[in-house]
Amino acid sequence: MSDSASSPRPAFRQRLGGNLRWALIAVACAAVLVMPAIDFAQRAYWVRVIGYAGLYIILGLGLNVVVGFAGLLDLGYVAFYAIGAYTYALLAGSQFNIHLSFWLILPIAGLVASLAGVLLGMPVLRMRGDYLAIVTLGFGEIIRLLATNLTGLTNGSQGLYDLDKPLLFGLELKTGTHYYYMIFGLLLIVLFLTYRLDRSRIGRAWIAIREDEDVAQMMGVNTTFYKLLAFGIGALIGGLGGSVFAAWQGSIFPDNFNLFVSINVVCLIIIGGMGSLPGVIIGSFALIALPDILRGFRDYRLLLYGLLLVIMMIVRPEGFIPSRRVQLELRAQAPAEPQTDAPPAEQA
Amino acid sequence: MTLLAAKGVTKSFGGLVAVSKLDLAVEERSITSIIGPNGAGKTTFFNCVTGYFKPEEGEILLQGRPIQGMSPDRITPLGISRTYQNIRLFANMTAIENILVGQHTRLHANVPDVLLHTPRFFREETESKAEANRLLRYVGLEGHGDLLARNLPYGDQRRLEIGRALASHPSLLLLDEPTAGMNPRETAETMALIQRLRGEMGITILLIEHDMRVVMGISERVTVLDHGVKISEGTPEEVQRDRRVIEAYLGRGAASGLAAAAEA
Repeated sequence: MSDSASSPRPAFRQRLGGNLRWALIAVACAAVLVMPAIDFAQRAYWVRVIGYAGLYIILGLGLNVVVGFAGLLDLGYVAFYAIGAYTYALLAGSQFNIHLSFWLILPIAGLVASLAGVLLGMPVLRMRGDYLAIVTLGFGEIIRLLATNLTGLTNGSQGLYDLDKPLLFGLELKTGTHYYYMIFGLLLIVLFLTYRLDRSRIGRAWIAIREDEDVAQMMGVNTTFYKLLAFGIGALIGGLGGSVFAAWQGSIFPDNFNLFVSINVVCLIIIGGMGSLPGVIIGSFALIALPDILRGFRDYRLLLYGLLLVIMMIVRPEGFIPSRRVQLELRAQAPAEPQTDAPPAEQA
Repeated sequence: MTLLAAKGVTKSFGGLVAVSKLDLAVEERSITSIIGPNGAGKTTFFNCVTGYFKPEEGEILLQGRPIQGMSPDRITPLGISRTYQNIRLFANMTAIENILVGQHTRLHANVPDVLLHTPRFFREETESKAEANRLLRYVGLEGHGDLLARNLPYGDQRRLEIGRALASHPSLLLLDEPTAGMNPRETAETMALIQRLRGEMGITILLIEHDMRVVMGISERVTVLDHGVKISEGTPEEVQRDRRVIEAYLGRGAASGLAAAAEA
């Protein structure tokens, strides 16, 4: 009993802090959910900005599997986004006069992108760090150049337009608000999947590879399999994001998939905090929505934006919300023998 | 019975022969030491046994089964585990997570299990965490499980590395200088731990060590390497008296001086 007398205070504070955090998350979710329903002057504009930030959260969560968890620096992530987008555009447009349902194309696009991820992963398995970054950078550019030059397939820089609009129970999804909610839904699914992967044997294997690949292999982790799995899952999520983007825009051009998409996604992960899921969300809002929030500053907008990023990296190099490891020891012990983790005897 | 047998193992880097035609037999449930001056090829031999290097020649047999040239992640489940000379923990993972990664080969949850949280996933997670806690307690890290590995004191990091190596349920544990950098008290604790591993868990120990008190104190067999060649082998007492061993460590002059002193 003596040590339980000293423990309530921090425990209470922790619980309060936890409740406060959940309350804030709930308020933020509610605000995001009702925003499109509120009637205000620039509603359509903000729906678009936040929707776009949501799309980048999805991309960030996908790339976070590769960069944040497995530690494989991929600078060509836009390739999978492009593959997803073109898969939708070719299967739901007039290019080949194929008009499949959006809900059917979504998994197809995910699988095609995921296959491309594994194919890219295979030759680069032995590369680490900088070398991997250069090769993936090249891969991203190759996909963009293919989209520009394979005119028979992609219509080149003329792009593909007049794409079909998805139908949901007979409702044609065409307004920004529709896509806003669609992105929100997809975001929740992707968040749920990556969260579960993170807190499992698979996530631990990835992080072990990030920390020390040789030792991870010595501990029995099949590094080849887990790296390809990371590439595949990351690419799958990128492909889903690309499909939604194509459906939302109704038209796509090779220039939508330039190097800056990859760089932005890597940046938002770093700014948010490597490997951290809440970090991806905050980082995405900071990086994608901030330039729009700063529009009031007109010509100084990008200058200010760059300055904020630089200050951010100096003040908090580990990111806004650094990844935290879960407390496992006490949680596992609690049901069997509570209070075994008592402080040393001197305190009693 | 012989647990691990190396026959004529040779590994070279460019022109440098790091391990040359090495024969070694490790008896089951024994504590065997490999000693030798720096650069003698001790760690290279460990790297050959664990699959990190593929030896150019020779055979490595675990319970009679050849394992040379297999990748580390396939050798580990066969019952070999190791620690490193310069501690190599997963620094940004917690202590208990390090041990959970060590259990990797004994768990089977796949992507569907993880995404759908199947009963197998829950059963495995519960069991593996309970066992990881037992291992933490066994190596004396109870209550430190949720600290990041890099924040642990040096001695605890060494013990955690042993705990992580035990998590794969090895039959053979390779310890690369387990007491390096430890004070006498920590060294004594580590020696006791190594003896408990053999006594209580029945694990065969092969260790590289520079501290002669440790080598002579706990090992039954000692193998001495110099420039990749085995120059002596036997019980600690036999090896200590071997003239070639003294030469390798102290030089020829010292060896003859010591021999003369012993005769006088």
